[in-house]
Amino acid sequence: METMSRDVAAMSGYGASSAAAGPTMHQWSPYVMNSGTVMAICGKDFAVIAGDTRMSVGYQIQSRNVGKLLKVTDKAVLGTGGHCQADTLNLQKLLRARMVQYEHQNGKTPKTSAVAQLVSQMLYGRRFFPLLTKNIVAGLDEDGVGCVYTFDVVGCLERVRVACDGSAEELIQPVLDNLLERQHQQDKPKPPPLHVDLSREDVVNIVKDAFTSAGERDITTGDHVDIWVIDASGVHQEKFDLKYD
Amino acid sequence: MMDLAFLDAPFTPACAGTDEPDGHALDALDAARPAMLGPQRALMPNLSEVQEHLKIVHGTTTLAFKYKSGVVVAVDSRASAGAYIASQNVKKVIEINQFLLGTMAGGAADCQYWQRYLGMRCRLFELNHKERISVAAASKLFQNILCGYRGYGLSIGTMVAGWDHKGPGLYYLDSEGARIEGNLFSVGSGSLFAYGILDSNYKYDMEFADAIELGRRAIYHATHNDAYSGGTVRVYHIDGKGWRRISEDDATVLHYQYNPGKK
Repeated sequence: METMSRDVAAMSGYGASSAAAGPTMHQWSPYVMNSGTVMAICGKDFAVIAGDTRMSVGYQIQSRNVGKLLKVTDKAVLGTGGHCQADTLNLQKLLRARMVQYEHQNGKTPKTSAVAQLVSQMLYGRRFFPLLTKNIVAGLDEDGVGCVYTFDVVGCLERVRVACDGSAEELIQPVLDNLLERQHQQDKPKPPPLHVDLSREDVVNIVKDAFTSAGERDITTGDHVDIWVIDASGVHQEKFDLKYD
Repeated sequence: MMDLAFLDAPFTPACAGTDEPDGHALDALDAARPAMLGPQRALMPNLSEVQEHLKIVHGTTTLAFKYKSGVVVAVDSRASAGAYIASQNVKKVIEINQFLLGTMAGGAADCQYWQRYLGMRCRLFELNHKERISVAAASKLFQNILCGYRGYGLSIGTMVAGWDHKGPGLYYLDSEGARIEGNLFSVGSGSLFAYGILDSNYKYDMEFADAIELGRRAIYHATHNDAYSGGTVRVYHIDGKGWRRISEDDATVLHYQYNPGKK
C-alpha cells in the first residue's frame, strides 16, 4: 500500500490515509472517471448521436476503442459520456435486460420517449449511490421526428434539440447553442420547436468539427468517433478518425 | 380484454401514512423507486469527490401567490452545475394534473421524480375516491414522502399550488419536512430579489392582468440580479377551470421592455 502512489490509491479506492498519526478515518471511494464525450443533434426525420472511443484513467489512456453508444431499439440509441466505465457497462446491461422484458410483456418495442423515461427511472433508482454516467438518448419519436433526451447523473430528464455531455461538454455546447439554437443571434429566426433545421450532411459535419476541436483541447477525448445516424430505415454507423495523441 | 381487477383491490388511503416510504402495494413502482438504505448507510460512498460530476442542479427563482381570482405561479428556467450553466430551458413548473402545479427548486431530478410520482398518487386517489384530490391532501402526500426520506440528502424546495373545493390552495414544502400554507411564497437563490418586488406591490384584491404582471416582473428582477437565475420567465395562472400557461418570455427581451432606451 505504502508504495502505491497517492493518485493510484485514490483512483483504485483503497483509502490511503496512512501517514497521519492518530485515529484513521476510512472512506470508500468507488468512483473512477474514464471520461470522454458524447453529443447528439436531431433533425426533421433523423437524429445523429456520436461519442469518442477513448477510455482513460487520469492521464493514462487505457483503450482507444471503447464505444460509448448502445443501440437500444431500432429507433433509439443510448450514449454515455463523462463516465465511470464500470457504471456505464452496468447501466447498459440492465437497460438491455429491461428492453427484453418490455418486449416480452408488451409484445412490442418501446417508444423512444419510453426508453428515455426508463433510463431516467433507472438512474433515479440509484439516487443515493449514483451511477456516474452522463447520458443522452437519441432517436425518432412516434411521429418519425428526430428526438434527443438529456439526463443528469440522477435522472433529471429533458427533451432538447441538441445535447453534449461529458468532459468536453463545456467546449462544445456553447458553440452548438450558437450555431443550432441561435441563442445568441436574436434577430435570426428561432429553430423549430422539436428539432434543428439543418440537413443530415450539415449536422454530421458539425459533429465532426466539434469532436476534432474538442480533441485538440481535451485530453480525454480522442482516437475515433462513432457517429450513428438514426432514421426510418434504422441505425447507420460510421467511424471518424481523431488524433491518437 | 384488459384486466381491470386491480381496480377492485383494497386500497389504503394514501394519507394514512402507513405506506410511506417502506411498504406499499404497487410492485412495479417499488422496483423503480430509489432504494432506502438500512444499516448499510454507514457504507455510503464518499460522494464529495464526485459532487462536481453529480450535476445536481441548484439555483433558481420560483414564486407563487394567491390573489382574489386565483393563484399565479412564475419561475425562471436556468439550471446550473457550479458556475456552468447546464441548461437555459428547464421546465421548473411541473404539471401534476389539470388542477395542480408544483415548482422546482433545489435538485432538479429530486423535484422531477417525486412530483411525477405525486401525479401518479393523485390519479390513484381520484380513481379510488371518485373525486379530485384537494391541494391540502396532495401536499400532505408529498410531505409524507419527504419526511420518509429526511436525512437522506434530498434537496427540494417546492410550492404546490392548485384549485379544489375550497378554492385556491398554496403550500410550501421542503426536503426538511416543512409544509406551510400561505398566500405568497418565493423559493430559491433569487427569492430575496423576487420578495422585494412582491412585498412592495402585492395586494390580494389585484386584477388578473396586474397579478400576472407582478409575477413576471418579480422573476425578471431576480434573473437580473441573481447569477443563478435566468433564461426564460414562465408565468402560469390557476383558477376554477384549472391551470393555464400565460406567457414565456426571454429574460433579455423583458430587460429591454422594462428599461426602454437602455443600452
